[in-house]
Amino acid sequence: MNLSLRWLADYVKLDVTPKEFCAAMTMSGSKVEAYEEEKNRLDGIVIGKILSKKPHENADALFVCSVDMGSGEPVQIVTNAKNVQEGDLVPVATPGTVVTEGSESMKIKVAKVRGVESRGMFCGLETLGLTQNDFPYADPKSVFVIKEDCKPGQDAASALGVDDVSVEFEITSNRPDCLSVIGLAREAAATFDVPLTVNTPVFHGSDEDITKTLSVEILNTEKCTRYCAGLVRNVKIGPSPRWMRERLRASGVRPINNLVDITNYVMLEYGQPMHAFDLRFVKDGKIIVRNAKAGEKITTLDGIERELSEENLIIADSEKPIAVAGVMGGEYSGIMDDTVDVVFESAYFEPVQVRRTAKKLGMRTDASARYEKGLDETSMPVTLARALQLVEELGAGEPVGTTIDCNYADPKPNHIPFDPAWINAFLGTEIPAEDMVKYLESLEIKVENGECIAPSFRIDLARPADIAEEVARIFGYNNIPNSVIRGVAKAQLTPEQKLTRTISQTMAGMGCSGILTYSFISPKWFDKIGLPADSRLRRTVTITNPLGEDTSVMQTTTLPGMLEILANNYNKRNPKGWLFEIGKEYIPTEPDKLPEELLRLTVGLYGGDADFFTLKGMIENLLAKLGIPAVRFTRCGEDCAFDEKCAFHPGRSAVVYSGETALGIFGEIHPAVQKTYGIGVRTYVAKLNIPELFAVASDEISYKPLPKFPAMTRDISVVCDEAVAVGELEEAISRAVGKSLESVELFDVYRGEQIENGKKSVSFAIILRNPEETMTTEQADAAMKRVLKALSAMGAELREA
Amino acid sequence: MKEQLKSIEEKAKAAISAVKDLGALDDLRVGILGKKGELTGILKQMGKLSAEERPAMGQLANQVRSTVENLIAEKSAALQAAAQNARLAAETIDITMPGRKPPAGRLHPLQIVEEEVKEIFLGMGFSIADGPEVEYDYYNFEALNLPPDHPARDTQDTFYITDNILLRTQTSSVQVHVMETQKPPIRVISPGRVYRSDAVDATHSPLFHQVEGLVIDKGITMADLKGTLELLMQRLYGDECKIRLRPHHFPFTEPSAEVDVMCFQCHGKGCRMCKNEGYIELLGAGMVHPWVLENSGIDSSVYSGFAFGLGLERIVMRRYNISDMRLLFENDTRFLEQFR
Repeated sequence: MNLSLRWLADYVKLDVTPKEFCAAMTMSGSKVEAYEEEKNRLDGIVIGKILSKKPHENADALFVCSVDMGSGEPVQIVTNAKNVQEGDLVPVATPGTVVTEGSESMKIKVAKVRGVESRGMFCGLETLGLTQNDFPYADPKSVFVIKEDCKPGQDAASALGVDDVSVEFEITSNRPDCLSVIGLAREAAATFDVPLTVNTPVFHGSDEDITKTLSVEILNTEKCTRYCAGLVRNVKIGPSPRWMRERLRASGVRPINNLVDITNYVMLEYGQPMHAFDLRFVKDGKIIVRNAKAGEKITTLDGIERELSEENLIIADSEKPIAVAGVMGGEYSGIMDDTVDVVFESAYFEPVQVRRTAKKLGMRTDASARYEKGLDETSMPVTLARALQLVEELGAGEPVGTTIDCNYADPKPNHIPFDPAWINAFLGTEIPAEDMVKYLESLEIKVENGECIAPSFRIDLARPADIAEEVARIFGYNNIPNSVIRGVAKAQLTPEQKLTRTISQTMAGMGCSGILTYSFISPKWFDKIGLPADSRLRRTVTITNPLGEDTSVMQTTTLPGMLEILANNYNKRNPKGWLFEIGKEYIPTEPDKLPEELLRLTVGLYGGDADFFTLKGMIENLLAKLGIPAVRFTRCGEDCAFDEKCAFHPGRSAVVYSGETALGIFGEIHPAVQKTYGIGVRTYVAKLNIPELFAVASDEISYKPLPKFPAMTRDISVVCDEAVAVGELEEAISRAVGKSLESVELFDVYRGEQIENGKKSVSFAIILRNPEETMTTEQADAAMKRVLKALSAMGAELREA
Repeated sequence: MKEQLKSIEEKAKAAISAVKDLGALDDLRVGILGKKGELTGILKQMGKLSAEERPAMGQLANQVRSTVENLIAEKSAALQAAAQNARLAAETIDITMPGRKPPAGRLHPLQIVEEEVKEIFLGMGFSIADGPEVEYDYYNFEALNLPPDHPARDTQDTFYITDNILLRTQTSSVQVHVMETQKPPIRVISPGRVYRSDAVDATHSPLFHQVEGLVIDKGITMADLKGTLELLMQRLYGDECKIRLRPHHFPFTEPSAEVDVMCFQCHGKGCRMCKNEGYIELLGAGMVHPWVLENSGIDSSVYSGFAFGLGLERIVMRRYNISDMRLLFENDTRFLEQFR
């Protein structure tokens, strides 16, 4: 909503600068987005009177003018304008002025034009930021020859009335009453504590009986509760007066002609949309407000034919639709050059009805935006009278003295308890009751017998909290003291929240940086990781109105999101990417039910000498940190619980378990997938399920006494087939030693010289300790004998030194 | 014998001062004080002396012995110190060479600020609640006093899954879940992702993060709301930080406010950063609408409360002078490494 401050002054007298006005209005609840002082646009442009005009001696198309700029001394200006004559008043951009034409700006300078000095430039409408709508007599293609009452030397802004201040308000949807000059004037009066003067419009009109010509019938009185109509005979279409054009312009509305301008003017002034029909196209003079019939069609003012359905409310004549109620008029209903008699409409249409129709037909208009927020059901006769008053004032036609008011509205003002003590307790203030009454009455909220009576235009007021808000905003939100909430509250992170925080900190501690990716992905990304066509991960929560296919499904796996980020970093030649994300997978459940949202830790590594075991070591560290017992690793087999296994190198990937609980999958990315993503180095990714981690994690720690007796260390190297897994050897050693085993640790795997092809030498450091007594060499030797026997049974023989 | 002793002392003094290393010094010690040493040899002859001479000679001999011992000890200390110094000098390294850093990961700037906000609220006695991102229309809109066809729905361009299920446009949806499952007193925040169908540019993203706050108890006032928010801002931005509340409209709060924080650059005077306003808009807040309380089964004549919603990206971008929101989701390591 753009407000003309000059227009506002019709209703409230304020003595503040535009800046002060905007600041105070914002703080009382009418938020100002910006304001523009129109005169700044014409800064440096003054009125000049042409004293003489002579041909330029060096150029046929140019003229040299002597111009009276009000300073006494005539000024010489070179122009190419053919339309200016001696005695004409023109706008002159003086040296130093920056003028804009189209998208180009230029600074006017004193310059020689073909050898003749020129001290300024004559301006056309475009240069002044105006159009022919503002000055219908002006030639839009040439210099603006001014026919206004003004003097040489006067600044063009005041001479042309481009000196209003236009204030742009952001009006919230609960205050449709503020989408009007009068509504904002009321807010201004309350804000600045000054009186508001609004006169009831009066028109005289002819003696004619409107009902002889026109009838109004409402067939759907739920969706249209009130319809007022007036008639104007013998309209004289022409430009509206300058003051009206100026106000419309400052309000951001283009002036068109006097009748259209009147409807717009009343809408801006009162917030009530008006419509004007050409009586010729209202067949039989019958206005019927009804639901459309299925298949009925209307071509709206914008020239588009629209098919209507039964839920659309329309204005019809005896035959056909002539307007979509509250949204837009029909093609032939509007004012034309040969229009003689005009019907004015001022009506109340039910908000949801208008909103649905406008949305469905894809026509959000200025009118529909107002109707759908809810108007004042009492304002129809007033606004109609105002329009007819303006017709008379402007001499735009002859209003018929009688009007039609088809009224089914029964607005009951809301009565709300007025309890000053409660308001103060609610706000935390000590505002005297008299002050509250004063604030409320300045907003036209009556306070009587312990009740507030909401005015008809304030449909948003229904409860004591609404009254508290009115009091608070006029009192000033920032005059409310600041206090601290009383009482104690127990607050701590839940165990799940703590675990998630520990995971983040641990991953960062191991060198991975946190990332954030979108939750929605492209369905094509499933193909990028090679997911089988029948994978259940392809069943997604799908957005019906996505921004694009790339962001159209909620991810069912966090893998592709991580790979995208790794690939982006690789493509930017970042040498190393060690990343992690705590994000969600969204797994559909039943139709019309919410999906499961499951937290996942995703880790991605390339560069920095990362390999499978770097990632495995991180996982082992993390699981140890979380107190997860019985950790084991298996290759991803046929029965792998993770469909993402397709994205991994089959020989370099694993599933990690705690006992029988599968915690996650990790490993090297399949070379084909890596290639699809354009990553030129080996890349490693892990996905761990946080709910599963939480289920097996433990934060219980019970101290174990430090050993009292010394340990024995034995190193052995065995040679075995490549196929024998180190883990199996470790397990065999562990079983063979029994409870005196403190640890077994791999320290070398060797292939090459001295070792037969297809075999490997594996070395372990074995630490033995008896908690009860010092272990003897004999005991240790016996244990090692068992170890060697067990290993031998697996085909791993002691390596000869 | 006296002369012999004197001569041993003199010779020892000269020899000790001339010695250059610890080995030679030890040889010298053995040569004088050892079992077959010169001084030892002399002492062995003590028995030949008369009883009168013996005490004086004995004393002298002991004097010489201790003098020599002391000299050797001093020399030994000096030589050891010199040896250590030489070793230290030889081992000097170029300390300007780079350190070997263990790999250090960083948290994402949004994680950092989210953790900080959580800490602040935990300190004020708020618990942390979680809620679904894929949400029923009811929780995101209807239960927040935004029935179907409410014009305020237009201000939040919503991604729909079905007619009834959507991606939540605001963390306010968690308010309703909390009120359904907890009895007052309630004091929670809920950080999380929210979604709006805004095309990506420097200041818009279809996915962003909010922190919702909700307090419900007997006697909660708007002054409490102001005090809590000012405390939050002071913890985030320092004790000088000032806030101001502007009346606004949210269907689920009444009174409602937009909350601005005084511009850090110009301290309220107006500058380019705050578009000459002196203040920067940071969050929306208000007293929980009585309809919302009642709809969730809380008696609005007994309890009152406040709620607020904070945009995390905005705080992160201000704090680190990030001008393009896309950087937050690009996750370029050169970007990520700058935060700590």
